[in-house]
Amino acid sequence: MMTVSNSNAPLLDVRNLTIDLPRGADRPHAVEDLTFTLERGEILCVVGESGSGKSMTAHAVMGLLPKAVKVSSGVLRHDGTDVLSLPESDQRALRGGRIAMIFQEPMTALNPLMRVGDQIDEVLRYHTTLDRAARRARVVDLLASVGLPEPDQLRRSYPFRLSGGQRQRVMIAMALAVEPDVLIADEPTTALDVTTQKQILELIRDIQAKRHMGVMFITHDFGVVAEIAHRVAVMQKGKLVEIGPAAEVLNRPQHPYTRQLIAAVPHLIEHREAFGADRKPVLTAEKVCKTFHIGGGFFTPGRTVVAGNQLSLTIRQGETVGLVGESGSGKSTLGRSIVGLIKPDSGRIMFEGVDLLSLSRTAFRPYRRHVQMVFQDPYASLNPRHTVGDIITQGPIAFGEDRGRALEKAKDLLKLVGLDASAAERFPHEFSGGQRQRISIARALALEPKLLIADEPVSALDVSVQAQVLDLLEDLRHRLNLSMLFITHDLRIAAQICDTIAVMQKGSIVEIGPARDVFGNPQHAYTRQLLDAIPGKGWSIPEDVMATGRHGAALRTSA
Amino acid sequence: MPRIAVFISQRLVKAVFVVLAIAVFNFFLVHAAPGDPAAVMAGEAGAADAKFVEQLRQQFGLDRPLYEQLGTYMGKVVQADLGYSYRQQRPVFDLLMDRLPVTLSLTLTSFVLALIGGVALGTLAAMRAGTWSDTAITVVGLTAYATPIFWIGLMLILLFSVNLGWLPAFGTESIGAGYTGWAAFVDRLEHLVLPVVTLGLFYMAVYTRLTRASILEVRDMDFVKTARAKGLPEWRIVSVHILRNAILPVITVAGFQAGHLIGGSILIETVFALPGIGRLAFEAVLQRDYQVLLGIFLLTSVVVVIFNLLTDLIYSLVDPRIEVAP
Amino acid sequence: MTAAVITPSRRKGSGFWRAFARNKGAVLGLVFLLLVVLMAIFADVLFPTSPWDMTAAPFEPPFSEDALLGSDTLGRDIAAGIAHGARVSLLIGLTSTAVAVLIGVCLGAVSGFYGGWVDDAVMRFTELFQTIPNFVLAVVLVAIFTPSLTSIVLAIAIVSWPPLARLARGEFMSLRSREFVQAAVTTGQSNLTIIWRQILPNSLSPIIVSASLMVATAILLESSLSFLGLGDPNLMSWGYMVGAARTVIRQAWWMSFFPGIAILLTVLALNLVGEGLNDALNPKLARKGRA
Repeated sequence: MMTVSNSNAPLLDVRNLTIDLPRGADRPHAVEDLTFTLERGEILCVVGESGSGKSMTAHAVMGLLPKAVKVSSGVLRHDGTDVLSLPESDQRALRGGRIAMIFQEPMTALNPLMRVGDQIDEVLRYHTTLDRAARRARVVDLLASVGLPEPDQLRRSYPFRLSGGQRQRVMIAMALAVEPDVLIADEPTTALDVTTQKQILELIRDIQAKRHMGVMFITHDFGVVAEIAHRVAVMQKGKLVEIGPAAEVLNRPQHPYTRQLIAAVPHLIEHREAFGADRKPVLTAEKVCKTFHIGGGFFTPGRTVVAGNQLSLTIRQGETVGLVGESGSGKSTLGRSIVGLIKPDSGRIMFEGVDLLSLSRTAFRPYRRHVQMVFQDPYASLNPRHTVGDIITQGPIAFGEDRGRALEKAKDLLKLVGLDASAAERFPHEFSGGQRQRISIARALALEPKLLIADEPVSALDVSVQAQVLDLLEDLRHRLNLSMLFITHDLRIAAQICDTIAVMQKGSIVEIGPARDVFGNPQHAYTRQLLDAIPGKGWSIPEDVMATGRHGAALRTSA
Repeated sequence: MPRIAVFISQRLVKAVFVVLAIAVFNFFLVHAAPGDPAAVMAGEAGAADAKFVEQLRQQFGLDRPLYEQLGTYMGKVVQADLGYSYRQQRPVFDLLMDRLPVTLSLTLTSFVLALIGGVALGTLAAMRAGTWSDTAITVVGLTAYATPIFWIGLMLILLFSVNLGWLPAFGTESIGAGYTGWAAFVDRLEHLVLPVVTLGLFYMAVYTRLTRASILEVRDMDFVKTARAKGLPEWRIVSVHILRNAILPVITVAGFQAGHLIGGSILIETVFALPGIGRLAFEAVLQRDYQVLLGIFLLTSVVVVIFNLLTDLIYSLVDPRIEVAP
Repeated sequence: MTAAVITPSRRKGSGFWRAFARNKGAVLGLVFLLLVVLMAIFADVLFPTSPWDMTAAPFEPPFSEDALLGSDTLGRDIAAGIAHGARVSLLIGLTSTAVAVLIGVCLGAVSGFYGGWVDDAVMRFTELFQTIPNFVLAVVLVAIFTPSLTSIVLAIAIVSWPPLARLARGEFMSLRSREFVQAAVTTGQSNLTIIWRQILPNSLSPIIVSASLMVATAILLESSLSFLGLGDPNLMSWGYMVGAARTVIRQAWWMSFFPGIAILLTVLALNLVGEGLNDALNPKLARKGRA
């Protein structure tokens, strides 16, 4: 809009970029000696696990680095112009003008007190000379172009009225406001449900093609990469380890780290045998219903959310049942009802011939030890003030076990889940996310349960760690003949670990059956929609990578 | 706007309940007061023979069961009858109404000034966090926050009135000066300066701290990063995106503190000899005039409830999400 | 292969002191506070005669022979009054805070842990007390129940507990839904164990910080009450001294100046210590650290 385009230069040219972290951080550089280019009309995916520096790179390009973090060397050119040496006012013109950015969390990325139309209007006000009426027309156009319904009304809405997907569309409309030539997308679909993710990915791809933009797309998910990338850059601990055309990197990865990451991607396994229906049921849920009432007062009726509508399913001995659904589908409600954290409104949950829901608090207590739970957030599920030994032994002690014996058992369990027995004396904060999830599993096993409820146990973990924890669970269930209810939003993970799959939508189980059938021959439209939305389904992980990477020794060290 | 109408009517209903609850509480306080209320009243009236006490007891229904007395009392409160002060020989309600304007003008002026000053200083400190101006504002704020306001008042009198002779120290106007028109207005303003500054200083410190903390928190939020990514100038980011969001918790706390402000006026009016509710409270304490004291308690509570209603209204205008908040 | 990279010190205490000591103001405040405590303890040794006794000529200015900080209208030694007044201030500040913490934390804990209608009822009650102008209520209570150490402590506690109840409720509520507490439920621990062992220790830091700041507010409240003549008539206190000297401010500035400074510095020191505690125990920083 203001600089003359130099068509020979790449859109973004990053050379030897090094970003320093403040003193006291776990490493000196966030990004080290990074060199790459972004060309017109291409989507470059930057892939890496948390802490790889991929997000820092994006923020450096935008001039949005936190104050304590500084670019210490290297050159950053946009269309031939050295960005870092520009005066602040010119950098500002670039931001939002030529280079735009969208973020991971649509729920918090918009100003809650400002109408979305006004937030888009702001960009136009500071980057164009359009008058009010022209700007308003442009805002409506933009909202329509990102596929939002009734843009003229939506313009006047506040962000809290919109869903996550809609907000992300608003963010994209805002980014496109003055037709930038570079779009930086920092994990724009990570916080979204898989069906919404698919729509947003399609939108970004469409817009990119139509406007011939360069898109720098940051993600941790190789499925998304396979879906959208023209070129791929893989980052590890601040360094670029591999860059190349998407087909090359995805199908013939060179660097061991890339191979490791790709091998850890959860994928559909269609060879799992159907689980024997002749085994004894451990738990049967019959027509469980639960409705939540939110808010309300004297004058306002409040909202009701149906989290469970006639939910019925059976878990047999040694079977892993996957409960799959998007956020708000009510998949956690059933799990929580079984362990007694939620009281359903009606229905029965039969365990060894007893209806757990009919029991009083005290009568229910003995059954607690048979049904144990593994939680989602490894950082929130361990009491920070107790030692790991305490955490594991508290359950058995509450059930009358001798402290000394409980501790001995805890140490054995720690070994069982792949940790050292000395871990018992340490505090949770000394462990990584994956290790904490192992501790969490050890705690659940300490009561020798028959049934394990795993509520999104790996969704807070990096892919490589995710794969290890899944391996551990798979290993344990066979070794201990555990039954498991595995709750997840990720169909690929469910496919990997579950014998039976139940698909939930808006509080109801819409389809239930052997994993092979549900994935191979889905009956319900919603199941098909979910399967269709799995990112990267057209790409299969190369066989040789699978074989070498999956159980490689290098993989284990990172957790 | 029906949304706001619903919200406000909700708050109104709540306010009425709060006032009633406070009145009940007040009633029990009367009964908790040491000694037989009739005897106390008789003492206040200056006669203490048994017959008069008995007569009073009947006259005020003190021989009735408690719940019946409560009913009578609530009936009177609804009709703005807060009893009779034998010491001052006037109905309590009249006494209070005479004194209310002074107190309201003192507290409201202090409040507005404290809020404006506090938000301005807090913003300045937050935007320059870590620099000398931030440190200076923080230190002054901490000191003001730690100083008893009655003492500040005395020290300001000592400095500006006794030593420098710039401002009057006591009362609301220069008695006997015979000012009229503009001169009288200026004279009254001059009398208000020291009390307002004294009362306002403490709350200014409170709001400064609050604003500073709130801004530092909002500054790191995602939508501020979005605003930066849009290439907006810094002043716009601060005024439109940061400040508007940061001000919400300040409004909430300011609303809650209205009551403290009125409590503070007891001290200020005592120090500066202003004929307001606070001064009346001080006199009532000295004379053990419980009727007046309890009337003040009820009236100030009502004022706070009204004030809270106003803050709710302001809040609902600033925050579109109000209907989702409890 | 799975060894943790970081091995922080086992002893939690040393980390706390290091964090506290990083805040210079807090250390200064703590030192000053210790001096005030010593002064209160040894008031009888420093000034053996009663602070109510006439020991000098009335209206002696500061630095005169028999009264370091001057004497008041009745010839009482201001310095002696300040030393003895420290006792009252600290005693009332601490005990009333303790009572307020007890009320506030109990109500807040019950409210936050059980939720539902219990929470509703408790919160309405708390809001009611938060609406009532707190100083006016304190004045009314002390006046009605006649000024004494007990009535003052109780009055201050009664007007001070609501913020603590809200704080404790918030902490309990958020911790209640944290996964480690739910894990405690599923592993069969009793409600009492969960409150004592899982929730309370984790909610203590913010409560300690606010309690330390509340001591400061309580001392201010006490001084304001005794300034109005609602102090315990048998105990010399700083607020009383300022109140008694109010009318002679033109002639004798020192009578109100020094006791006021004593209040200011003590309250300031307490606030500084509170901020230091906040820095040392700040749960927010800890939370940020893992993001």
